[in-house]
Amino acid sequence: MNKAAMSGNLLDIEDLRVTFPTRTGRIEAVRGVSFALGRERLGIVGESGSGKSQTGRAIMGLTPPQAEVLAKTLAFDGLDLLALPPRERRALRGKRIAMILQDPKYSLDPVMTIGRQIIETLRTHERVTKAEARERALDMLAAVQIRDPKRVFDLHPHEVSGGMGQRAMIAMMLIAGPELMIADEPTSALDVTVQLDVLAILDRLVAERGMGLIFISHDLRLVSSFCDRVVVMYAGKVVEQLKASELSRAEHPYTRGLLDCMPKIGADRHPLPVLQRQAEWAQ
Amino acid sequence: MSAVEQQAGARGSGRALAIAGGIGRFLLIAATTYLGLLAVTFFIGRVIPIDPVLAVLGDRAPESVVERTRREMGLDLPLIEQFWIYIKAALNGDFGTSVLTTNPVMADIRRVFPATIELATVGTLIGTVLGIPLGVLAAVKRGSLADQFVRVVGLVGYSVPIFWLALLALVLFYAKLQWVAFPGRIDIVYQYTFTPVTGFYLLDSALQGQWDVFWDVFRHIVLPGALLGYFSLAYISRMTRSFMLNELSQEYVVAARAKGLSETRIIWGHALRNAAVPMVTVIALSYAGLLEGSVLTETVFSWPGIGLYITDSLQNADMNAVLGGTIVIGSVFIAINLFSDLLYKLLDPRTKVR
Repeated sequence: MNKAAMSGNLLDIEDLRVTFPTRTGRIEAVRGVSFALGRERLGIVGESGSGKSQTGRAIMGLTPPQAEVLAKTLAFDGLDLLALPPRERRALRGKRIAMILQDPKYSLDPVMTIGRQIIETLRTHERVTKAEARERALDMLAAVQIRDPKRVFDLHPHEVSGGMGQRAMIAMMLIAGPELMIADEPTSALDVTVQLDVLAILDRLVAERGMGLIFISHDLRLVSSFCDRVVVMYAGKVVEQLKASELSRAEHPYTRGLLDCMPKIGADRHPLPVLQRQAEWAQ
Repeated sequence: MSAVEQQAGARGSGRALAIAGGIGRFLLIAATTYLGLLAVTFFIGRVIPIDPVLAVLGDRAPESVVERTRREMGLDLPLIEQFWIYIKAALNGDFGTSVLTTNPVMADIRRVFPATIELATVGTLIGTVLGIPLGVLAAVKRGSLADQFVRVVGLVGYSVPIFWLALLALVLFYAKLQWVAFPGRIDIVYQYTFTPVTGFYLLDSALQGQWDVFWDVFRHIVLPGALLGYFSLAYISRMTRSFMLNELSQEYVVAARAKGLSETRIIWGHALRNAAVPMVTVIALSYAGLLEGSVLTETVFSWPGIGLYITDSLQNADMNAVLGGTIVIGSVFIAINLFSDLLYKLLDPRTKVR
């Protein structure tokens, strides 16, 4: 038995690297990321281009074909993901590891009804009758707190609001009962008022099902209030890992900079400090 | 009646109203476009320096006969009145008599147009059935050898003149190999034993069970059909490739992969289903283009279609036939466009009438 299987973790990542070949040379989007995940909520925070999304996609196996993924360990529940044949890797997707994308306006197929898209996930991974699949899809829509599941089932994505679309997305990704959910900026495209509703639904479902969650976001405050642990990424590297409750004690200057950028109620700081980047953070 | 039923009933009648409104607008657009078409053809007929009286009588008729004929043809009336008469006649399918064939133009068109439709349909079928899979293949395997191949096939189809390729094909398949039949639609042997019903010879001969005729018709249509098919394939595969590349880069494709769907399912069930929406317009336009634009093909293959008919009429200053043919082609063009719009609405739920 290998090390990853013995650790009992849901996910073990050691020295993950994702490299894109370009005309001007190789670009390393992810440069040696390591972390482990149990059945907990882990937040990955970083700015655009910090490699947080590519880390999520590498775990899913959705890295673009021209890119190269390397890792000392990339193991899900003891399975070496990089050694897995593509067919088995695909069978994991949607069934055991699922992913929620940013904007339901683009991540749902515009010409297929919401119900059919949910059923499609289920019937890809389980042999169920059409009637049973429909029943379970309706239950799932109810579970993401859609009030009138039967109506929404037959609607097309453009006919529902962003919040409703993202709930449908969650339903679509949860219906096959995954153990690990990667949520890539799941609320960034939503109105602030809807964000918290959707997060609450996600949080409840993840807790109920005892799933692991990787929550990718650029919003440090959101992540710290929502997750158990936070990984801070900068330029393709993990610069700091800490418990969400201990965020105020962050030591890395980048994390500190991010925290200081946020206005606090009652504090009068004009202008807000601007992050002063240091070249050595990227080393 | 419960509240739910009432609501459902109200929604039902609302939808019926919306559909009726949609059809009404649809017909209005068709009528307006058709009126425009009539106006253009009418004024072309009046502006060109061909005197219809001269075309009928020749240049040696006495002045009095010319004057009388001019009156009989209604050419002395005010222009607006002439236009009115023209519209009424056109709506009744009366485009006058062809000078060249001495038949009513409409009867001529009824004879020649099915030949063009049959050829264009064969061409479009070939172009669609082969062009879409090739375009999909090129998009999915972007940058591969298969992609290069499809692109070269498309480029050649785009840039080579059809009459040149047609002549080469005739030299090879008719003169050298003798695989195909030529000229026209059917051998002279069958011309008198075979009575077409719809005018589509492939269909007629198959329905009548005359398989020897069917084979002969097939041997006649296969080469011009394949050539038109190739040109339509070039266009359709190119457009399919570009639409598919666009769809495959969309986020819903990533989501579909995250669901664990197979690539086959993603390509044919999601991406192509989305690309089909603009493809409908492309195929419809290519079909309409073949209907009006296969003049060169018809000339090379002596195909007795509407392109050849109009060309012959034009060379003989037979304006009734030219304008009648133009109006019929224009009407079909309008119909195909409206039909593709309708199909577009059916395929894309975002354009549904609410």
